[in-house]
Amino acid sequence: MDSREDDGGEPLSRMAEWRDVTPLPQDDGPNPVVPIAYKEEFRETMDYFRAIYKADERSPRALRLTRRAIHLNPGNYTVWHFRRLVLEALNADLDEELDFLQRIANSNSKNYQLWHHRRWVVERLGANARAKELNLIKKILSIDAKNYHAWSHRQWVLQALGGWEDELDYCQQLLEEDIFNNSAWNQRYFVVTRSPYLGGLKAMRASEVRYTVEAILANPNNECPWRYLQGLYKDDIKALVNDPEISSVCLKVINTKNNYVFALKMLLDLLCHGFQPCHEFRDSVVALRTSDTDPLGPDLSMAICDILEHVDSLRASYWIWRKNKLSVAAV
Amino acid sequence: MESFRSLTVTQRDQILVEQQVFDIFKTFYNLPPSSQSFMLELQRENHVEYLTKGLTGLSPSFCVLDANRPWICYWILHSIALLDEFVDPELENNTIDFLSRCQGPNGGYAGGPGQMPHLATTYAAVNSLVTLGGDKALSSINREKLYMFLRQMKDASGGFRMHDGGEIDVRACYTAISVASLLNILDDELVQNVGNYILSCQTYEGGISGEPGSEAHGGYTFCGLATMILINEVDRLDLSSLTDWVVFRQGVEGGFQGRTNKLVDGCYSFWQGGIFALLKRLNSTKEVKPIPLGDGEGSGEESPQTTTSSDAAGEEGLNGDLSLGGSHSEIGDQHNTSSQDNVIDIDHNHSKGHANVEPLFNSLALQQYILLCSQELNGGLRDKPGKSRDHYHTCYCLSGLSVCQRSWLEDEDSPPLPRAVLGPYSNLLEPIHPLYNVVLDRYRDAYEFFTKS
Repeated sequence: MDSREDDGGEPLSRMAEWRDVTPLPQDDGPNPVVPIAYKEEFRETMDYFRAIYKADERSPRALRLTRRAIHLNPGNYTVWHFRRLVLEALNADLDEELDFLQRIANSNSKNYQLWHHRRWVVERLGANARAKELNLIKKILSIDAKNYHAWSHRQWVLQALGGWEDELDYCQQLLEEDIFNNSAWNQRYFVVTRSPYLGGLKAMRASEVRYTVEAILANPNNECPWRYLQGLYKDDIKALVNDPEISSVCLKVINTKNNYVFALKMLLDLLCHGFQPCHEFRDSVVALRTSDTDPLGPDLSMAICDILEHVDSLRASYWIWRKNKLSVAAV
Repeated sequence: MESFRSLTVTQRDQILVEQQVFDIFKTFYNLPPSSQSFMLELQRENHVEYLTKGLTGLSPSFCVLDANRPWICYWILHSIALLDEFVDPELENNTIDFLSRCQGPNGGYAGGPGQMPHLATTYAAVNSLVTLGGDKALSSINREKLYMFLRQMKDASGGFRMHDGGEIDVRACYTAISVASLLNILDDELVQNVGNYILSCQTYEGGISGEPGSEAHGGYTFCGLATMILINEVDRLDLSSLTDWVVFRQGVEGGFQGRTNKLVDGCYSFWQGGIFALLKRLNSTKEVKPIPLGDGEGSGEESPQTTTSSDAAGEEGLNGDLSLGGSHSEIGDQHNTSSQDNVIDIDHNHSKGHANVEPLFNSLALQQYILLCSQELNGGLRDKPGKSRDHYHTCYCLSGLSVCQRSWLEDEDSPPLPRAVLGPYSNLLEPIHPLYNVVLDRYRDAYEFFTKS
């Protein structure tokens, strides 16, 4: 039905098929602003599209016309919308539609309309489309492992059609390739909290903490696992404070005297939530002091803010603000 | 030191950008003071020329933005307004006329004449008309029809669809609520459940995602936070974790990244930087009942609040460590202020009710990134060195710069101290209303207009 990839870019005005249609020019007015110097092929295609759209003609040639228009401007949401109306009216083969989308996916991987259209098609195809879809997304992510649309789409597929079984492994694989990939960490969180096969966050917490701690120790300057760790205890601050593994990893990193900003930050957050440190923590923090910082005061939280103000000086005003909040809280 | 090959993609990409940026900074710091002054100058004339040209003609390659023309109008008009320049009356009229042709018969604005209305282009068109200002522009908006369009786009989940049959996300919520608020047509029907939807988009990281479950992202975080403020439900968000997340989005380059471990991009100067402008208002008006519509007259004057350490920290923040290597005193010298003056200025401002707060982000570092790395000397601003300028980045880099310059002010209307403005004081841009990202004066005029009518 819509099988020809390209009708050769032949002018529509010279095609017998379109003889009965009067192209409708754009109503830009006499003095348009931000006027685009359309190339002839573009202008003509859109003139014919406007005519078909106005007439609401949902025919095979209309379908071909929308494909032509999409190639010229994949951002035209009106064309995509009309294409959906035509596909419905013609009861078109949606697997073929997926193939069409696949062919233009790589050069349009960041196009909202394309992904939305994909969702629409897959919704209608149902569970049978699942494997193919998850595979396609993998391909796109193998080119750009952080493509926002691809990840959102992937999450939608999992929730609408399932396929959770291999997802944690997939996250694992991506994190092995790039432990700094925050999208993969985010997906991991998504799977751990929502997969019907894993038992939920609390059930997964212990093993996830172990995994995350390992990731931290390998690269303590990687922000992802630190935020992930906090995420594992979302809405359960008490458990975060009481988990010895958390405070322990902070201590370990601080003791290396290297890349310890996130470790200090985590310790500060723990203290703010009532963590009772043993003397080891204070000793380790004091040991960070260099000759150009003032002697640290008696309050460990304040001392940490002072250190962070200096070692994370880009965020000096944030650490000062945190410190001021401490004294307000203490009152 | 690991070999380049054993680094991950993230590490490699980051190092490449850092190298480029630090090269620029190093070159800058080694220049004589007069050349440094020049490098820090905002190239106003060239920017205005680049912008005005876009308003009157765009090359064929812009056909990929053929469904975004109101956006191009907004990016250009807002940038020109930030530079405190004007568009000639003929162009103004042509813009009003053009946008009218983008207005749908059933309300809302499309990406171009004859296209379907879309929330994003509606937002852009309304903001453009507010920026132009005046009766003709403002009365050209069919508010009744626009309201109907918004109602139609409303989804049961509480969110909004971008267009008929379109995608639902936090961006759609923001564009709908922002427009409704600005035009004084916001009501319970529109607001219903929006808060729940946005709340479900705050992630474990603290930022806000486009859809529930997706990654925390600067653009969506701005949209989500602004919307929650507009509908008066901001306290439902975990603001301390949101603040903590956004503070760490500023990188060693001075600019902001959109997501954790991604690359710096000039446009986040506004999406992320603007979040601080919003938070500043929240932190300072805690004792004051929030005024509906997000801002009345000078809500900032009610409770001047400064942190006790702001005086000392002010010194360090402004003249001290930019954490970027090189000699910072050269930048400090640009403003020719002595510490004596600074102390006097602070006292003076206190007594005048022009209170100062300490921004939670590094305002000077961001300004340095914008001026030295995003600015193209022959007009326009860009994502990062190596990328091309475009109107979108020009708009959001300049919007971010405006936010930076006023980030020490409680009341955005007051003139900032010279030391708050990196480069010559003539770099100063017009203040914006951070909820809508339109120039504050134009917002006020529109507020008057739509409250009366």
